[in-house]
Amino acid sequence: MTTHRQPRLAARREALYAWAFVAPSLIGFLIFFAVPSVRGLLMSFTNWDLLRPAKFVGVANYVRLFGDADFRHALKVTGYYVLMNIPIQTTLALGIAVMMDKFSKSTIIRGILVLPWLLPNIVVALIWLWLLDPTMGFLNQIIMGLGFQRQPFLGSIDQAMPTIAAINIWRHAGYTAILIYAGLQTIPKEVYEAAAIDGANEQQMFFGITIPLLRPVLVFVLVTTIIGSFQIFDTIAITTKGGPVDATRVVYWYIYEYAFVRFKMGYATTISVALFVILITITFIQMRYFNANSSDLD
Amino acid sequence: MSRAQTRTAPTIQFATILAWGAFALVMLVTLFPVYWVLRTALSDHKEIYVQTAVLWPVGFTLDNFKRVLGMFTAEQSVAMGGTATGINFWLYLRNSVIVSTFLVAGQTFFSAMSAYAFARLRFTGRDQLFFLYLTAMMIPGVVTLIPNFILIRDLKWLDTFQGIMAPGFLMTPFTVFFLRQFFLGINHELEEAATLDGANIPTIFWRVALPLSVPALSTLAILQFIATWNDYLWPFLVGKKEAVRVLTVALAIFQSQTPQGAPDWGGLMAGTALSLVPTLVIFLVFGRRAVNAIQFTGFR
Repeated sequence: MTTHRQPRLAARREALYAWAFVAPSLIGFLIFFAVPSVRGLLMSFTNWDLLRPAKFVGVANYVRLFGDADFRHALKVTGYYVLMNIPIQTTLALGIAVMMDKFSKSTIIRGILVLPWLLPNIVVALIWLWLLDPTMGFLNQIIMGLGFQRQPFLGSIDQAMPTIAAINIWRHAGYTAILIYAGLQTIPKEVYEAAAIDGANEQQMFFGITIPLLRPVLVFVLVTTIIGSFQIFDTIAITTKGGPVDATRVVYWYIYEYAFVRFKMGYATTISVALFVILITITFIQMRYFNANSSDLD
Repeated sequence: MSRAQTRTAPTIQFATILAWGAFALVMLVTLFPVYWVLRTALSDHKEIYVQTAVLWPVGFTLDNFKRVLGMFTAEQSVAMGGTATGINFWLYLRNSVIVSTFLVAGQTFFSAMSAYAFARLRFTGRDQLFFLYLTAMMIPGVVTLIPNFILIRDLKWLDTFQGIMAPGFLMTPFTVFFLRQFFLGINHELEEAATLDGANIPTIFWRVALPLSVPALSTLAILQFIATWNDYLWPFLVGKKEAVRVLTVALAIFQSQTPQGAPDWGGLMAGTALSLVPTLVIFLVFGRRAVNAIQFTGFR
């Protein structure tokens, strides 16, 4: 409080220690997060095949991006995937969370539900590739056993993307349910009791109390799952590799192809910058629209 | 109240049964695919393609496991429907253990150090720097992926463990953020008492703050271990060579090498089952803590 020499010295020593403590993480941050982000942006203004030196091309890559029909297709396919994945996954997760809340708060149940999310994407993709195998897969045995026709699933243009969406719903629904369940625990029981006294039925309580009070959790879940599903890659790398034809050639796969198959690093970073801009925009709109930071509990 | 209850009782009961049924179905759908991995891995490699709808292992055998663990010769493997290229899951398992353990140890420790500074110590630029870290949390991996690949290539670190581990070894924005939140929440009193006793800052961090944070550190370490263990694209890009190949990469390569018409499902599922072991062990040992950790830190 006073300007003695002692406290000032102590403060300086504290700052020195602080920088020493921060130094390792700062080095990691600069080398592998900050500099690469800037470098990625700079690279998007060049053409570079890793063999010859990078050539500055101005905004040529961005001009090309706007006229790139394959990129538009990749965006469309990704959007299609997100639109199938998110609503079903979130609704299902909400249902599971409500059921958990009603029936069982056991850790074992929660453990089982979260299990698929703990498995590597690669493993999940392999498991389903086998279960969905057109000739020998177990699912087709059931389908045929029920008297229906054998389904191609990942092998057909129409079914491939919905199938991949279903696989990822299997992986994420339980995990999302756990998050929503945690949100449900924060709603005071008195609110329901008061509503019951006023004669509200279960349905009215669900839409009048549960959903509005869950809003912060739901927004959080939606923001993170939407960002995640725009970056779908591993599952596709194992199951369809962008095919059949172009049916599952999502943006992330498109970037991967340009960077590590065609070695066009400049254009690949241009697409990744575009994806970043899209994700930031969507997140921003969601936060604004849903008023994420305030709860109706106040 | 009581009148309303008696009137609606039968419908509620019906709804309850329906809901229980749905809940049981969810559990079944969640667990069945994992069971199917084991069922296939324990089945005879020929029977798999014949008895496709039998629910238990057909022609029970451990041969698939032995094969992916390199306990048969190449000729024997081919005869069993596998590939001649050597598959040695012991090696990949070892590599995965090395990468995940060292990466998570470094990441947790260095993140804890800086998180402590951000939470407890005063220095100019602290809040601005932390804000930068937070901003980095918003940047999707794909933006830094290509430049980082080029950096590792230029360092001649392709196909090395340090190449695979480098980007996350010193920090991730998420781990720093997570631990800073934790340090902000713990009681200052012990640290203040230690200061009055004349302890300096490193001593307080090492002797007081770290021991108090063992639960948070282990929770974070579990989460990050599983995430690292499951990671695919990065180790695939920088570590394809056998000597450093991790399990996820090995499985993907195994699958791409398997014959197109008749994939080696027995071998693939045995490899898959092996790759699940550590996750399941962690899960059984840490059970409740792991579930709660996932529940309350549900973002990365």
